[in-house]
Amino acid sequence: MWFNNVETKPGVGYPKRWEDEGHYKGGWELNSKGKLQLRAGNKLNKVGLGKIFYNPDMPELDDYYEPWTYDYQTLFGPEKKHQPVARAKSQITGQTMDLKTGPNWDDDLAGSPEYFKQDPNMAKIETDIKANFEQAFMMYLPRLCEHCLNAPCVASCPSGAMYKRDEDGIVLVDQERCRGWRFCMTGCPYKKVYFNWKTNKAEKCTFCYPRIEEGEPTVCSETCVGRIRYIGAMLYDADRVEAAAETPEEDKLYEAQLDLFLDPNDPEVIEQALADGVNEEMIEAAQRSPIYRMAVEEKIAFPLHPEYRTMPMVWYIPPLSPIMNYFEGRDSIKDPEMIFPGIDEMRIPVDYLASLLTGGNLEAIKNALYKLAMMRLYMRAQTSGKDFDVEKLDRVNLTEGTATSLYRLLAIAKYEDRFVIPKSHKEQVEDAQSEQGGLGYDECEGCSLAPQHGSMFKKAEAGESTNQIYAESFYGGIWRD
Amino acid sequence: MRIKYPYIRGKLWQLWDAAKKQYESPVEAWASIVEDPEKAAIYKSARGHGGMVRVHRAEALELISAMLLYTIKTYGPDRLAGFTPIPAMSMMSYASGARFISLLGGEMLSFYDWYADLPPASPQIWGEQTDVPESADWYNSQYIMMWGSNVPLTRTPDAHFMTEARYHGAKIVAVSPDYAENVKFADNWLAPKPGTDAALAQGMTHVILNEFYQERHEQQFIDYVKQYTDLPFLITLQPSDANPEDFASGRFVRITDIAADAVENGEWKPVLFDGNQGKFVVPNGTIGQRWEDGQPWNLEMKDQNGAEIDPDLSIDADVDVTIDFPTFDNQGNGVLKRHVPAKKMTFMDGSEHYVTTVFDLMMSQYGIKREADDSLAATGYDDVQSCYTPAWQETVTGVKASLVVQVAREFAQNALDTGGKTMVIMGAGINHWFNSDMTYRSIINNLMLCGCEGVSGGGWAHYVGQEKLRPQEGWSTIAFANDWQKGGARQQNGTSFFYFASDQWKYDELDNKALKSPVTKTKHVYDHAADYNQLAIRLGWLPSYPQFDRSSLSFTDKYHTTDLGEISKHVVAELKAGDLHFAAENPDANQNQPKGLFIWRSNLFTSSGKGQEYFMKHLLGAENGLLAKTNDRQKPEEMIWNDETITGKLDLVIDMDFRMVATPMYSDVILPAATWYEKEDLSSTDMHPYIHPFNAAVSPMWESKSDWQQFKALAKTVSNMAKKYYAEPQYDLKTQPLGHDSKAEIAQPMGVIKDWKKGEIDCTPGQTMPSLSLIKRDYTQVYDKFIALGPNARGKVGGEGYTYDVSTEYDELKDILGTFDRGLNEGCPKLDVDKNVCDAILHLSSTSNGHVAAKAWQNAETITGQKLQDISAGRREDQMSFKSITVQPAEAIPTPIFTSAKHDGDRYSPFTVNIERKVPFRTLTGRQQFYLDHEIFQEYGETLANYKPTLPPQVMGPADVAITPDSNELTLRYMTPHGKWNIHTMYYDNLEMLTLFRGGPNVWLSPVDADKAGIKDNDWLEIYNRNGVVTARAVVSHRMPEGSMYMYHAQDMQIQEPLSTITGNRGGSHNAPTQIHVKPTQMVGGYGQLSYAFNYYGPIGNQRDLYVNVRKLKKVNWNED
Repeated sequence: MWFNNVETKPGVGYPKRWEDEGHYKGGWELNSKGKLQLRAGNKLNKVGLGKIFYNPDMPELDDYYEPWTYDYQTLFGPEKKHQPVARAKSQITGQTMDLKTGPNWDDDLAGSPEYFKQDPNMAKIETDIKANFEQAFMMYLPRLCEHCLNAPCVASCPSGAMYKRDEDGIVLVDQERCRGWRFCMTGCPYKKVYFNWKTNKAEKCTFCYPRIEEGEPTVCSETCVGRIRYIGAMLYDADRVEAAAETPEEDKLYEAQLDLFLDPNDPEVIEQALADGVNEEMIEAAQRSPIYRMAVEEKIAFPLHPEYRTMPMVWYIPPLSPIMNYFEGRDSIKDPEMIFPGIDEMRIPVDYLASLLTGGNLEAIKNALYKLAMMRLYMRAQTSGKDFDVEKLDRVNLTEGTATSLYRLLAIAKYEDRFVIPKSHKEQVEDAQSEQGGLGYDECEGCSLAPQHGSMFKKAEAGESTNQIYAESFYGGIWRD
Repeated sequence: MRIKYPYIRGKLWQLWDAAKKQYESPVEAWASIVEDPEKAAIYKSARGHGGMVRVHRAEALELISAMLLYTIKTYGPDRLAGFTPIPAMSMMSYASGARFISLLGGEMLSFYDWYADLPPASPQIWGEQTDVPESADWYNSQYIMMWGSNVPLTRTPDAHFMTEARYHGAKIVAVSPDYAENVKFADNWLAPKPGTDAALAQGMTHVILNEFYQERHEQQFIDYVKQYTDLPFLITLQPSDANPEDFASGRFVRITDIAADAVENGEWKPVLFDGNQGKFVVPNGTIGQRWEDGQPWNLEMKDQNGAEIDPDLSIDADVDVTIDFPTFDNQGNGVLKRHVPAKKMTFMDGSEHYVTTVFDLMMSQYGIKREADDSLAATGYDDVQSCYTPAWQETVTGVKASLVVQVAREFAQNALDTGGKTMVIMGAGINHWFNSDMTYRSIINNLMLCGCEGVSGGGWAHYVGQEKLRPQEGWSTIAFANDWQKGGARQQNGTSFFYFASDQWKYDELDNKALKSPVTKTKHVYDHAADYNQLAIRLGWLPSYPQFDRSSLSFTDKYHTTDLGEISKHVVAELKAGDLHFAAENPDANQNQPKGLFIWRSNLFTSSGKGQEYFMKHLLGAENGLLAKTNDRQKPEEMIWNDETITGKLDLVIDMDFRMVATPMYSDVILPAATWYEKEDLSSTDMHPYIHPFNAAVSPMWESKSDWQQFKALAKTVSNMAKKYYAEPQYDLKTQPLGHDSKAEIAQPMGVIKDWKKGEIDCTPGQTMPSLSLIKRDYTQVYDKFIALGPNARGKVGGEGYTYDVSTEYDELKDILGTFDRGLNEGCPKLDVDKNVCDAILHLSSTSNGHVAAKAWQNAETITGQKLQDISAGRREDQMSFKSITVQPAEAIPTPIFTSAKHDGDRYSPFTVNIERKVPFRTLTGRQQFYLDHEIFQEYGETLANYKPTLPPQVMGPADVAITPDSNELTLRYMTPHGKWNIHTMYYDNLEMLTLFRGGPNVWLSPVDADKAGIKDNDWLEIYNRNGVVTARAVVSHRMPEGSMYMYHAQDMQIQEPLSTITGNRGGSHNAPTQIHVKPTQMVGGYGQLSYAFNYYGPIGNQRDLYVNVRKLKKVNWNED
């Protein structure tokens, strides 16, 4: 299971070609009346028409990969004719495997003659890009559950096991209620719900909700060596989500989603929020939210595939990229603005980014790139003591003040600025008085060595001691099985 | 994968068990096995085949001890070697075995040069191993070139600084032959053909010299190079050997050439012309003043008499003469004619010479038009014919000339605007080549010309093999047992050791004739690189252990004296008479072979075994895939050639590891090592300034032990065994090369070779040959010494030429650590547990003890006459202990043994102490050197930086095993850059990492090449050349350039590696198709900054100038019988 992975774009990703909704039928579409419906059919459809036992749109094993391991113990074995090697063996069948695919098979444009064209975004764009050395470009796309405002996984679940929490918007699977129908997997166009074959339950990214409740960032955000992940609160109008998601034009969906967010500094918004039971800490957090700043105020961050009509809530800043060969070698001494590539000169085509992030809205992507480039030019002038015509900032809706604070948010990126997370109000969910001094582990049925970890579980069942399992699985802090 | 127990090779165990029953003495039992060729072959040929048997630790230690004592008694202790890399990452683990081996008298093998991570250009230019900015200093830069360094891939934790610097307004340029991961966050991508980077840099130099020096006379740059570089120094012009009427550049003019009176160290005092006084003067700070007592040594703009000087950058010329420069390209070596301004001088001996300045030479070399009518200068940037122009570089590199002009201008203009904040992050991509020093010097030239070195946010930033061990004095005292026997450790340069021991010298096909300058012919000329290494050994330039062709313990007995003077006389006489030889002259002779090898913290045989199959065959005697035959068409002149094939030189290989990779599989004894979560240790790096502890989260699992405890246990066994079988103290005659930062670095003047073997000079230890010393060794005492900090530590420590007293600190350690109360080590601080060793290291070092730092700066003030103590003054009270850094890691205290003047919140930035505080560079001129005048540099045309092509393509040699090529076989350049999903072989066995990329060995190639050979993505391929064969699956990607193949570094051969159809044996690792080529210029010693220091200077084990043939693997055969 790969809750949280990074894919190279262009590429097919994981599971393969997950963006091909014509095939996987994930997300929402508009019906003939212009109303939202799940692409794979609604709940009634499944139950009423008896299709609940028939879910043809799910990715299959080969779309993911057949997991393998290695026969490491051979290396300690008896003397052989040639040096022993540990060979790949299927974790499913136990047989040796000829590896033909894996979860990151097209990493860094690997196998591009085959996989480049298969990137579903390629079919959507006008720019003619060939998989050749001169035109090479790539970018990395970190992928996790989008915790959508209009989550199709929730809408797909026949058991009502999937839900979006009121207090923080995290989308979770109720493990008690899940019956393993797996329609959530089909419904999610990002393919970020997985099925645990040991427990027969759906599993997904929990957004580390126990940490969020304590005001701490998710583990993936806190440990990100690139310091690229930010977390912040957003206030939005839940009543208008459906209408926004029904915006007919795909390239208007991004803006429709932006319209949902409420200005946390607006007195009317604050008043209403308090009236609706939103606590003050949440409102203050929304006011300091780095996400609000980047997505709504500066419009440099975008949702992934808004055309799926899911109103996804993970936001991406489009990457700047190197200048294309064709434009190289100009005189940047006479015109210092030429020192950085122009937006239209960059290797990653704007329409490719628009296909990923704005449902085809080119202007929005361009404006974001302009803004980032202008901020760099402004900062370059500051640090090298050069004159800078501040009126140029105006063209990209920046001022000296906002350019500096945006730079600070992106480049200095202090922990406190990246993660603005209010602690939860415990009194709303538990009797704080009686919980004092409680251990918290009373109900835990296996707070030991990750008993859910499939292979270890199997080994334990087979009678191996914890010590033995540890022996085979651990060195240097890295898990393996 | 985890190694849980001690193991011994099954076949060896059977022999040992039987021998022990036969002999009472384990030493004799060992002799009965290794001296019986049949028995030895039984277990040596089984290496790598599996069949290790689990034993008790005591049994393993007994076997090792028997081998050690037998080898020491029979052949001498210098037949024992130890290999472990990068002490900075776990200082104590390194120190454990190093201390043990140093107490025995065996040699530690260096790794930084062997890995080719050492940039020889650094000692050549600065006299400094490597000093670089911490990654946080990138943020202070406004123009960053990433040149052969894939930052997000290999510096992942630091890469965010690059993104942030970009938002900060820095321009980012990536230079990489492929669309590498770091190209994604660059503004410009320059994709030169692999190995041509020097030409690209030189195209930039042309632009910088032309626009910023010739046209604009930028004063900021000129002031910098006058004070901090050798550009104003005078160079003689001598007749060219290519055209008798032309000149060629010669050597630095010294004060002895022109002074009437004798001057102390005068041959070591180069001169320049002072415009203030209108005369030739020796400025402050040269190496001559460094070793002159009572003379302040600094970079103040004064001469030795205290007069203010203003050096002339250009010569006050009498005439323009025609000068020949050597040029090199794929067609051969050529001569480039230019004009250079020159002045006629009469030397004291009456001879007349034309002289010019280094600056004039460079302007001339680059063809900068200084006179309108100069017919030999370049006509413009588009002059393709004129070397070093942007247009010329395009013909070499394939990078557009206009782009190079743009980048050069931006590079220099940015430096001008920001006071030097232009930076080049460079690394293995351009450093692992035969001529990498030329590439580095070419790039660094640009940084020096723009005044970027010694500036926070500017200068070079070389990151390969994170080598900055910060608490150095305490560490080296303990690691090399200087606390018991100062200078008693043998420190061998790894490259030469492996070149000879693995017999790669016998296969070397590189004819050096083709590498030399047509302009300057010198006297001491060889065609074979091995001959230069012999020259380097006998003249004291490089170490050579195993040492002589007889035991180093045999000399006192033979000469019946323990008087070093007497012994030296005998040794000199025997050497001159040819009765005594250096062992390296005949590395195949039985008595000259290394016999025992300890490996820990390293996967030597594959991960770092350049020329893996040579190791397998000759050192190990194991199954191998070597396809080359020895090159007996071109034998070295100065070596004994043995027609016999010697295999399995090593009698016993002992490996300590926690993972079952190739090296333990091919070793004879495996001891289970603790991981870094199971022990205490120290760690530091050049990427950040902190000193970190490791603490044991859990006890060492199963029967593993920390390396310190492992070697401690072995020391006990061997000492006890010695009491019975080798009780008498021994006298060990030790040779030592002429060392950098000691007075020996001014042993051999004028850059002229005088070879005692040819009768050109007397054979004088420490002067014209290695120095000699006598070390008393008592093998019964190894354990007692190992576990205690010896009394010699109560004295002076230091580094880089500085020394200071730590007696107080030694006495404090007695209180901190406790002392032994009886026996040999009575009263000595205890080093018996790991934490104590860490504390001793921290307490004795200037980076971790503020009191020591203060003393170090005080000594530096005395030597330089500059005010320096303020640099660490704010840290005076800081005394790191293992506990204090466990609570919170601490920033290292600034100290003169490194070159950063960092304090007060500055980021660590190299050479700031030289530039801001006028502390000289430890070079001939005391300045950063563009010019190197040693005879061998003249011979190779490398006095100035030059473009040299990669070595000629060769897949199979004429006499090698004949391979019938497949019909559509490809020949590709073969390169092994660092990978994304492993750190060397670490994690290459890990299921998660292997799952993240394709699960087994793979190679990358371009779709263009793949099409030619009908290769599809994921096809199995067989990749071979004369050095060996590796099988791997194809990764076809358009981010790869045509003509090149990458096999990412250290894909080990124990995971998913099928048999080769060519050899029928198991395919090798990524290193199977590699071999090393050693470069003679990097062997020069006894000459200023070109003097040996361990792991600091010496030839690099480069492995990148290689080609392979690629074919589809017809049958994937695993043969797991």
